[in-house]
Amino acid sequence: MTKYIMKRFLIMIATVLIIATLTFFLMHAIPGSPLNQERGTNAAVQANLEAHYHLDEPLFVQYLIYLKSIATLDFGPSIKHPTETVNDLLGRGFPISFELGIVTVLVALISGIILGVLAALKHNGIIDYLAMTLAVLGISIPNFVLATLLIQKLAVDWEIFPAATWSSPTHMVLPTLALATGPMAIIARLTRSSMLEVLTQDYIKTAKAKGLKPYKIIFKHALKNALMPVVTILGTLLAGILTGTFVIEKIFAIPGMGRYFIEGINQRDYPLIMGTTVFYSFFLVFMLFLVDIAYGLLDPRIKMHTKEGE
Amino acid sequence: MEKLLEVKDLEVSFLTYGGEVQAVRGVSFDLYKGETLAIVGESGCGKSVTASSIMRLIPQPPGRITNGTIKFKDKELRHLPEKQMRKIRGVDISMIFQDPMTALNPTLTVGNQLTEGLKQHTAVSNRQAKQKAIEMLELVGIPNPEERLGLYPHQFSGGMRQRIVIAMALICEPELLIADEPTTALDVTIQAQILELFERIQEQTGVAIILITHDLGVVAKIADRIAVMYAGKVIEVGTKKEIFYRPQHPYTNGLLTSVPRLDRREGKLIPIDGTPPDLFSPPVGCPFTARCPKAMEVCERVYPMQTELSETHQVECWLQDERANKLLASK
Repeated sequence: MTKYIMKRFLIMIATVLIIATLTFFLMHAIPGSPLNQERGTNAAVQANLEAHYHLDEPLFVQYLIYLKSIATLDFGPSIKHPTETVNDLLGRGFPISFELGIVTVLVALISGIILGVLAALKHNGIIDYLAMTLAVLGISIPNFVLATLLIQKLAVDWEIFPAATWSSPTHMVLPTLALATGPMAIIARLTRSSMLEVLTQDYIKTAKAKGLKPYKIIFKHALKNALMPVVTILGTLLAGILTGTFVIEKIFAIPGMGRYFIEGINQRDYPLIMGTTVFYSFFLVFMLFLVDIAYGLLDPRIKMHTKEGE
Repeated sequence: MEKLLEVKDLEVSFLTYGGEVQAVRGVSFDLYKGETLAIVGESGCGKSVTASSIMRLIPQPPGRITNGTIKFKDKELRHLPEKQMRKIRGVDISMIFQDPMTALNPTLTVGNQLTEGLKQHTAVSNRQAKQKAIEMLELVGIPNPEERLGLYPHQFSGGMRQRIVIAMALICEPELLIADEPTTALDVTIQAQILELFERIQEQTGVAIILITHDLGVVAKIADRIAVMYAGKVIEVGTKKEIFYRPQHPYTNGLLTSVPRLDRREGKLIPIDGTPPDLFSPPVGCPFTARCPKAMEVCERVYPMQTELSETHQVECWLQDERANKLLASK
């Protein structure tokens, strides 16, 4: 198991490095620089500024400086927010984005699994049809459409929940709902189909023949096996939720990280771009790492596989 | 001998999109304490459905027991509430299935799966349950049982897994073990070992066994009595000797001549021509008529009564009627 984790960890570091490198060169491939927009600046001032941000150095040297800042996790001052460092901005935005993301993942997972299991147990019954109609709607409605719809109905017309910002639990309801519906629908459909398959397996028949109680058969024997595919796509869903937060944060005026991400790119704020990108990619890759470990914990055959492969 | 199980006029059908399939059409048999009854027949003759019906494990819907009684000791199982039925499954009657590779849950340790039934049905401590599991693994011949409890099914071979499945079925000391094709998925050398295990276990625990199989070799080895099924009916039942040496039904005879034998010189195998009838609309008369070399007109129209040849040997065939002999003689 430790060897499995070590291996995954090294792959994770390599992935982040590749993403960081790609980001760096793509960033410099965009025409323009953070300093030459708006009104023309004095040539001497311009040169001074460039020297200050190391923009006058050859690209390769800049790359090395960039790698150093990643290694030390210090991304330096933001060019567009001169009074703050990128770390300050991340420190302010990330907790909020993280909160939104985690709550969304939990809501999507729990409700998706419950819906899927119910649908499978009442296969071809009313609950099944209702759950699957909900799932199809959830998959086909984009989150920004759902978000505006929710704001219009629940916030403006009926005034049940606040329409924007992020200051109390009730503020969290609409953004979370908008963001979680899509992943929930995918999880529900997947859980249903994999549960249906697992329920026809021989070991379920064996469990019944042992006289086990139905809830034990479902939770102990069926669900653990049925969740395997769900864990597998969790990684992809996390990426989806992550990018989804950019849009949702914008719509609900949530002061999370998404704003800095988009701002950084629009304004060629190099330190901010690399800070947010590296941070996001590191976060996502770490989540995938956790998913891999969870997979190994759920299915004992996976551990064995790596052992045999050593 | 004391009767353990009495199945009478059992009828089971499945509702499908194509219509109602009458998988079991009036099966009756008795099982005595400590004996081994083999139910033999080709694929689709209803033998597995009969076995699952005793445990009430046929999927409902689409399956439905439409008629008959299943009496286990003093209890009538057919109408027993599900909750009470659960107390019989695994405790009084256990069942093992064909494929040991899929009968165990891949994500749970063997020890966990062995003890969960015991823990559910009896008030044992974890340590007692573990001790019992070790005893059971010893009984079925698995070396180092204590270490193996923590392993997962994929860490065992097919034969070992079937031993574990058997240990699991016997852990609550049931009086009846239903084995549905327990050796079909194993290779021949392992088959022999598993059959010997059945014999040894029966000697040690006195459990009665219903063995579902299509393999007459298996039957010859361990059965005391044999019931031959065809198209959802038991067409002949008798002791092993009666069935193997004096088969009366043409179908039983056909089964026996289509199996290779070492003790006969005329080494030609005679297969039974044709296929079993469609159970969507089973024939009114004897279902074997179309394939029977000795079929008469009456076979097609009326299902034969049961003829009692001895206390243990019964057959359902028109050839037993004395008028049949006259007819055949005049031909």
